[in-house]
Amino acid sequence: MAKELWKGNEAIAEAAIRAGCDCFFGYPITPQSEVPEYMSVHLPEHGGVFVQAESEVAAINMVYGAAGAGMRAMTSSSSPGISLKQEGITYIAGAELPAVIVNCMRGGPGLGTIQPGQGDYFQATRGGGNGDYRTLVLSPSNVQETVDFVQEAFDIADQYRNPVMIVCDGLIGQMMEPIEWREIPKRKLPPKDWAAGGRKGRDHHNVINSLYMDPEVCDEHNRHLDEKYAEIAKNEVRWEEVQCEDAEIVITAYGTPARIALTALDALRAEGIKAGLFRPITLWPYPEKALHELAAKEHVKAFLDVEMSSSGQMIDDVRLAVEGQKPISYLGHAGGVMPTVEEMIEAAKKALKEVK
Amino acid sequence: MRATSFCSHRISIVTGHYGTGKTEFAVNLALAMAQEGDQVMIADLDIVNPYFRSRERRALLEEAGVRLISSSQACSDADVPALPAELLTILENRGIRGVLDIGGDPVGARVLARFQPKIVQEDYQLIYVLNANRPEVRSAETAITYLRGIEATTGLTCTGIVNNTHLCGETTEEEIRKGAALAEQVSKETGIPVLCHVAEERFVSALSDLPETVFPITIKMKKPWE
Repeated sequence: MAKELWKGNEAIAEAAIRAGCDCFFGYPITPQSEVPEYMSVHLPEHGGVFVQAESEVAAINMVYGAAGAGMRAMTSSSSPGISLKQEGITYIAGAELPAVIVNCMRGGPGLGTIQPGQGDYFQATRGGGNGDYRTLVLSPSNVQETVDFVQEAFDIADQYRNPVMIVCDGLIGQMMEPIEWREIPKRKLPPKDWAAGGRKGRDHHNVINSLYMDPEVCDEHNRHLDEKYAEIAKNEVRWEEVQCEDAEIVITAYGTPARIALTALDALRAEGIKAGLFRPITLWPYPEKALHELAAKEHVKAFLDVEMSSSGQMIDDVRLAVEGQKPISYLGHAGGVMPTVEEMIEAAKKALKEVK
Repeated sequence: MRATSFCSHRISIVTGHYGTGKTEFAVNLALAMAQEGDQVMIADLDIVNPYFRSRERRALLEEAGVRLISSSQACSDADVPALPAELLTILENRGIRGVLDIGGDPVGARVLARFQPKIVQEDYQLIYVLNANRPEVRSAETAITYLRGIEATTGLTCTGIVNNTHLCGETTEEEIRKGAALAEQVSKETGIPVLCHVAEERFVSALSDLPETVFPITIKMKKPWE
């Protein structure tokens, strides 16, 4: 199929429509406003429902309601707006409902800046809301991956009855890239016989709920959730390794910094420095085992973690995976500044020099 | 090839659907005009896009002698729809060649409406940038709908089409020719002439058979890994 030129945010919206998104509830915020804008025009053309809610809190609770009724529901926002949605996300996770949430991250904290950021890693992977829950977090690093992941996210959410979050930084949402619309393999999905979509001849009403007053019952509910998260962790871990086979210095990065790292790798290799990239694609579940095994390889001398975050957030997961086997250094900027190719080259050389 | 031969009017207003590459064209056009010895000012009036705006190339433009004016000098990353008072310099000083880089779609073109009475008194040209790889404007029909929308919003008449069909780093000669065919069709149906085809320098010689000027550019709006 011929390639087309799409802006990241409008491609996210189109991908969701192609995946059979029934309802979109959103609220504008830079740099993701093209998602609701595109949805408002095109989702109704496909029989779907678009609502611009009165706030982010309202939007996520509309997702909660629609998902509970068995709809394929979605919302999107950017960092401060995603913070507002956290209460709804923990309710959706607690009630075991499928939903797709896109965070087009900008620099923070607070209102921060409208330029790209990655400071929401902790929020996305540790659960920004209350309680013991997990959201599966997919992190694309270009527009093609973004549209592929958005389409797959609806299936993943339905399969596990769990919210799936796609975190891309503002640059991915705002940039134009050639993409092709690929057929995404469909998963075998269980029927939504739990949905509160009418009694339909059953002898009972379906109830959507996250309230478990009896502590024993709530404990049991948490145990059940935990088993589900273990299943997700077993089945859904994704990562990419680029030129890691003989790498002495391995850059760990996701999203846009991983993209910048590819250019840095070429430059480092051209100078005879064996550099590789380890790119987590699922931020939760984290590719801990793969990174641990890579760190154990004799040829790997050091790691350089690069993020759009002041002193790093994913670096905690890198440390947990590497388990002290090799030294880890850090390069990062927050507040909307992107690391440059030159900075990465310099930091990689420095990290390698320290161990040699 | 002289930029002022196909953009001969004192003020060039660059409009189009968002993502067609208006800013890349506008920046290259301003630089080419400055190279030809004109006193050039470019105004970044994009109130639609928060990223990839001509104001990001301030240093490059100023080094080439092009004066850049944008909506908020002190806060170039804000997405506030505030317009610079200095815009009037372009509209009133007839010794200056002006390039106005307008945000996408009729929404972005709204910034021009309040200046319409002033603009119509000047020697101006409203340019419509086309990219046949943008799904929303890839047919002549939809491209013309956007064009008419921009005219209706601004109260100005479009008098030139620019074919800026590309696929970022994956552009080929065929892509540009595909855009040329679309531009020709839009031109035929509207009576608006095609001013030029935009092409990275590496494609220029292969496209010499096209009836209109091929405007050679170098990519200025780069991504951080390019």
